Amino acid sequence: MNEVHTDPIWVQLAYLVAAVLFIIALKSMSSPRTARSGVLIGATGALLATVVLFFSGIELLNLGLILGFLAVGSIIGWVAARRVKMTAMPQLVALFNGVGGGAAALIAVVEYFEVGSSDLLLLIFTVATVIVGSIAFSGSIVTFLKLQELMTTRPVIIPLGKWVTILVAVGTVAAGIGLVVQPQDWLLVLLLVLSLIFGVLFVLPVGGADVPIVISLLNALTGLAVAASGYVLDNVLLLIAGTLVGASGTLLTNLMAKAMGRPLTSTLFGAFSGTTAGSTSAGSDRPVRSASPNDVAIMLGFASKVILVPGYGLAVAQAQSTLRELADLLTEKGIEVDYAIHPVAGRMPGHMNVLLAEANVPYEQLKEMDEINPEFSSTDVVLVVGANDVVNPAARTDKSAPIYGMPILNVDQAQQVVFLKRSMRPGFAGIENEILYDPKTTLLFGDAKDSLTKVVAALKTV
Amino acid sequence: MDGVALLTIFILSIFVGFEVVSKVSTVLHTPLMSGANAIHGVVVMGAIIVAGKATNALELSIALVAVLLGAINLVGGFVVTDRMLEMFKPKKPTGKEGGAA
Repeated sequence: MNEVHTDPIWVQLAYLVAAVLFIIALKSMSSPRTARSGVLIGATGALLATVVLFFSGIELLNLGLILGFLAVGSIIGWVAARRVKMTAMPQLVALFNGVGGGAAALIAVVEYFEVGSSDLLLLIFTVATVIVGSIAFSGSIVTFLKLQELMTTRPVIIPLGKWVTILVAVGTVAAGIGLVVQPQDWLLVLLLVLSLIFGVLFVLPVGGADVPIVISLLNALTGLAVAASGYVLDNVLLLIAGTLVGASGTLLTNLMAKAMGRPLTSTLFGAFSGTTAGSTSAGSDRPVRSASPNDVAIMLGFASKVILVPGYGLAVAQAQSTLRELADLLTEKGIEVDYAIHPVAGRMPGHMNVLLAEANVPYEQLKEMDEINPEFSSTDVVLVVGANDVVNPAARTDKSAPIYGMPILNVDQAQQVVFLKRSMRPGFAGIENEILYDPKTTLLFGDAKDSLTKVVAALKTV
Repeated sequence: MDGVALLTIFILSIFVGFEVVSKVSTVLHTPLMSGANAIHGVVVMGAIIVAGKATNALELSIALVAVLLGAINLVGGFVVTDRMLEMFKPKKPTGKEGGAA
């Protein structure tokens, strides 16, 4: 807006086409049948817009450097996305989102030098982009560290955290206002630092189970930052694309929170309340019943109906195909086998479906929670592989548990429950699971793949 | 473009954004979030614009980092979303018969 350049009509029309492609892409990705084509449509829109930009006649100094950095960034993104294991995909998405927010913040920093104090509204949006982009950046980095388990997945409560957070929030707003009133470079640096700290403080108190919701929220925030940068740069496409993501991301965050039965407010404002529930790890030295792979094979072999509950532990052990082998073997023996998929099994809603599809598990054997829950009471054996929180009855009964209210798979209604676990360590949410101590529960300790292989071998001789 | 026109576009985009994802099934939450994440990668255009008019070394360095980050977001976002959705396509016959003997 501070420059005389206006895009030619054909460029503006091309941006319009790109915007429509983005809308169609989002729409397509909302339905399983068309989802894949949605990616192609969205990528086409992005490619079109970027190519058009180079020929739009805008001033492009440093063209060689720009193309170089563009190529390097594209290669990094491509390689990271191709190489990542499907189990680690949620944190990669968090990271991609973070760098997007970082890019928006940096754009605004550069623009700040250009804008000067001439246009008040422009200055306000520039400052807003810096704040929101920085929060999305540092917040995403923390979620990455949590998911990658480079830091604890439990809520981190710092002493006086509530007051520190409020102080930083107030400081950020004050620095922002200061910048608008009296633009000064040191204030800009202060604003950057405070916004980054706020992003960290915002995500630290969030417990493991709520991390997906936070990623989705930060994704929406980056969208808003991009929209604001679109205003600053007078680029309508950035405004539209950013707003689309901001709006759809906000709704998606809400839908996810609902699927997990988590009140959104307690997730988001944990940083301010300072009351995010801790752990209720009482009596972890109580006796449990453990068994050998042979015992488990016999239990399964003489059942008439078996439900498999796969969890993140299965994916970590890369045991999806071994589980499928077990399922095939049981089916051959005339035993009814189903997979019970909790909406948030894995680390994100829908993550487990992706992981099992990768192991060629037929789609029709995957039963969603509402469909499978009435079946547990008529099931002989439930085999829980590397899942914990999604079958924890504390979600129904214990009001103090961080997962209270989350819909769970009712495995406790089955005749027998077998857990394949590495250890007695609690799940991602960091809370004890009462079913483990139930008399009808049997535990088989060990790496999921290892255990499953032994069970399969034993089952062949039964 | 004048402020009111931009505001109009902004408000209408909010409604479209809400509308397009309102009927998504739980299974697609993750890929959809990832797809939306890729779309805001067009922020790389903004980075290119500011890098294109940067006149001193500091501005240029910051803008080029933004180009790098934006490109990672855009390309990585679409590729990883595609990998997720690849899993949902109907299986070829070979996948199903591989039962253990």
